[in-house]
Amino acid sequence: MSDVSLMVNGKRVSGAAEDRTLLVHFLRENLGLTGTHVGCDTSQCGACVVHVDGKAVKSCTMLAVQASGSTVLTIEGLANGADLHPVQAAFKEHHGLQCGFCTPGMIMTATDMISRHPEGLDEATVRAELDGNICRCTGYHNIVKAILAASKTMKGSKGKAKQAA
Amino acid sequence: MYAVNYHRAASVADAAKLIKTGDAKLLSGGMTLIPAMKTRLAAPSDLVDLSRITELQGVRVSGKTVTIGAATTHHAVANDEKLKKACPALSHLASLIGDPAVRHKGTIGGSIANNDPAADYPAALLALGATIITNKREIAADKFFKGLFETSLKDGEIVTAVTFTAPAKAAYEKFRNPASRYAIVGVFVAKGKDGVSVAVTGAGDDGVFRSKEIEAALAGNFTTSALDGVKVPAKNLMTDIHASADYRANLIAVMAKRAVAAANA
Repeated sequence: MSDVSLMVNGKRVSGAAEDRTLLVHFLRENLGLTGTHVGCDTSQCGACVVHVDGKAVKSCTMLAVQASGSTVLTIEGLANGADLHPVQAAFKEHHGLQCGFCTPGMIMTATDMISRHPEGLDEATVRAELDGNICRCTGYHNIVKAILAASKTMKGSKGKAKQAA
Repeated sequence: MYAVNYHRAASVADAAKLIKTGDAKLLSGGMTLIPAMKTRLAAPSDLVDLSRITELQGVRVSGKTVTIGAATTHHAVANDEKLKKACPALSHLASLIGDPAVRHKGTIGGSIANNDPAADYPAALLALGATIITNKREIAADKFFKGLFETSLKDGEIVTAVTFTAPAKAAYEKFRNPASRYAIVGVFVAKGKDGVSVAVTGAGDDGVFRSKEIEAALAGNFTTSALDGVKVPAKNLMTDIHASADYRANLIAVMAKRAVAAANA
């Protein structure tokens, strides 16, 4: 067992966990943050993507204890109260989801992608960067549309939009 | 995953001590080791985490000499501005590994110590004539990569960096498995002061190797037309559900041609 201390969505949290506990399980079971999903459990599908120290990672392929001392942002930390994050709003607007299972990971990947491409995104880049996120409903078309729209919105309102930590 | 004890190393010296604990394994990005532990293909008693050791981080370019710390992530290698100028082929290679989230965690040291027969970095280091630096010694790339998941690393030996001289021209072309994104064939070509080297990943029965046929054809004539009609023997190439040895042999010549075209572009 180890003590795991994290800053999650702006709150300091800590708890004891077995060293083999995956970060995704610590988030879901110890902290009750069930927005982060386990899809494939083999680091391919991306439903478990969260940001650790500002970078998108697959939380099913990282031990909670590895992340100890780090800052973690999950899907629950994106919205500003009742105001959706621009990426969340764009997914809603452009019907970027059907069953919704992959959506938290898609959105966390999208916010990371947008922050790494302040110059803006094109469709080919979005599709290439979604390599590690699998959706079995949408055919990706509206997900790509939503990310492109959010990228434009966020570029237009730099500073106003709550950027991914 | 079986129970494991986690240790975070503060320095390479600290890691060298901790790795003597039980049946310990070194953990860097964990992009291979953690999935292997989850499926119980690996079951170390202890993990020694190298990823927060600052002396293992970063890319340094001094003149033509490039040195990359072992715990530098693929993302960092792909985006390092100095490296993009000194050896853009290696930045490009790093940008093709896995997906963005995997590149944020996976490291060059972890990749070469694992020596997966379809990993990208081994082809680059072999073609670049790189030197692998450990906490004990320096090892030439052609002595380092020994076979499928085999290297010349001794128990407890820690890769700390890789270093090479930037080539005049280089490129990497990868034919990816459309599902796994691993190389079915990846070819790295480098033209430096010692001539042309061509290393192939994803195809060899015994892991990464240099293609003598392609090198012979390109020596003295580093053009795509020098490769017209060049045949790579299928002997010692892999046959699996993704591709036969003959198919891979043909792909090596095709990817080499594309790589030479990219290197000359």
